[in-house]
Amino acid sequence: MSNITILDCRGLACPQPVLKTKGELDRPGAGKLQVIVDNPTARENVTLLARNLGHQVEAEERGGLHYINITRAGAAGAGANISVQETAPARAASTSAVDTVYFITTSTLGQGSPDLGQVLMKSLFVTLAEQPAPAAILLLNTGVHLALEGSPVLEFLARLAEGGAEVLACGTCLDYYRVREKLALGAVSNMYEIHSRLDRAAKVITVA
Amino acid sequence: MGPQTLSQVLRHLPPIQDANLLVGLDKSDDAAVYKLGPDLALIQTVDFFTPVVDDPYLFGQIAAANALSDVYAMGGRPLLALNIVCYPSCLPPEILGAILRGGADKVIEAGAVIAGGHTVQDDEPKYGLAVAGLVHPDRIFTNAGARPGDRLVLTKPLGTGIINTGIKARLVSEEAAQKAVETMAGLNRGAARAMAEAGAHACTDITGFGLLGHAAEMAEASGISLAINWASVPLLPETMDTAALGLIPGGAYSNRDYLGDRVSFAGGITPTQQAVLFDPQTSGGLLIAVGEERLGLLLDLLQRSGIDAAVIGRVLPVAGAQIAVTV
Repeated sequence: MSNITILDCRGLACPQPVLKTKGELDRPGAGKLQVIVDNPTARENVTLLARNLGHQVEAEERGGLHYINITRAGAAGAGANISVQETAPARAASTSAVDTVYFITTSTLGQGSPDLGQVLMKSLFVTLAEQPAPAAILLLNTGVHLALEGSPVLEFLARLAEGGAEVLACGTCLDYYRVREKLALGAVSNMYEIHSRLDRAAKVITVA
Repeated sequence: MGPQTLSQVLRHLPPIQDANLLVGLDKSDDAAVYKLGPDLALIQTVDFFTPVVDDPYLFGQIAAANALSDVYAMGGRPLLALNIVCYPSCLPPEILGAILRGGADKVIEAGAVIAGGHTVQDDEPKYGLAVAGLVHPDRIFTNAGARPGDRLVLTKPLGTGIINTGIKARLVSEEAAQKAVETMAGLNRGAARAMAEAGAHACTDITGFGLLGHAAEMAEASGISLAINWASVPLLPETMDTAALGLIPGGAYSNRDYLGDRVSFAGGITPTQQAVLFDPQTSGGLLIAVGEERLGLLLDLLQRSGIDAAVIGRVLPVAGAQIAVTV
């Protein structure tokens, strides 16, 4: 049977609804969570929190109250084997690119000659740009150079971004290499965000 | 009050016909400017709010820096300030004393004087200042002077609304909280001087309507559009982490709803990043539009004043007051 926890946050001032929701989602366990709040700011904030933690969120308004229904990432596997078996093959076939995250921690591909590595990296991006865009491209360490002005793969990265790929560049890395001003594409990000993308990805392809 | 409600209320005021009123309500600017003579104009502004930090002395400093900022944003120098105080009878008078001391110290730092004030009994404490300043009528900086090709410079990092919400939730480190307080209590005096010396074109200070709200006011008043580059926008430490947890003040969402489709976000700008750009600021920095040829000079002058400014975008030769946020 479905297992729904209800968290009634009516009458609570911000940021209490967010904190209570976070407390509930931080607890190990599966099942769905319904959060009830009485103001639109709490609805926006609880939705943002849950989505950033990688969960599925649907919210609706009824009678002046907001019901935020959160399906925890991985919750489907806990008690509903049948539905997982039904949906898994279909998802695998149709959304392989959408659920894939590229984790790129280098500006050149493979060990050996840096010149060859650069050619190979460009070749990888040419290939990637011809396929459906992945959910996200996470750039870490020298990987952030790929998104800088003058990068040999910039046009392909731009095509992937236009195709819907979220491009995140590690802010610490940009600062370390002193190239933050040269970032031509993508958002400056942090480990919290990068980890959340890795954590909720169906498939992570690491290019290190 | 949110921009939506405010603009509805102000619409019903009678139009003002006075040739000496150089800057009034119609341009949604930071302060009123009234011409007193051929080489002298009066800047008048008022600002007060409920405590944003627990420490009453710091709150006084922040409220005063915030009120003085409107004079700086117009290119003027503050002259005279009056306290505005709402205070509950159940709180000890020592706390009010600390608030007023914080405000007075900040006004002295600005080179102005406090000449009195007014108090009202209220359930919740509120503090701020009415400030009068002076400016040469030919050297007024309004939000209406931005020209196509100008670069946009922001003189303080964003995130005070989010960090203050995070402090209430006890999810912000002491260092990050301290940095936010220092930023809020900092005067915009050095930034104003640098912009005047560099010959910038337009200016506004970033407060309750957030970066995008005040940028939109500048675009509207100047008859242009703006492009803002997300990656270049400076943020207070821990702003993104705090925002990602959903610790965002309601004002950010009011600002977003008011601006509607005047703001467009490039794909890849997440809802969390959008909320940061809409975050209402307390005593935020100046948003300055400066010609490309003067940009280097402005950045140099800002740096010499110890101001960590960032170039965050440019003015587009497009009417319609649109704001495009790029990744």
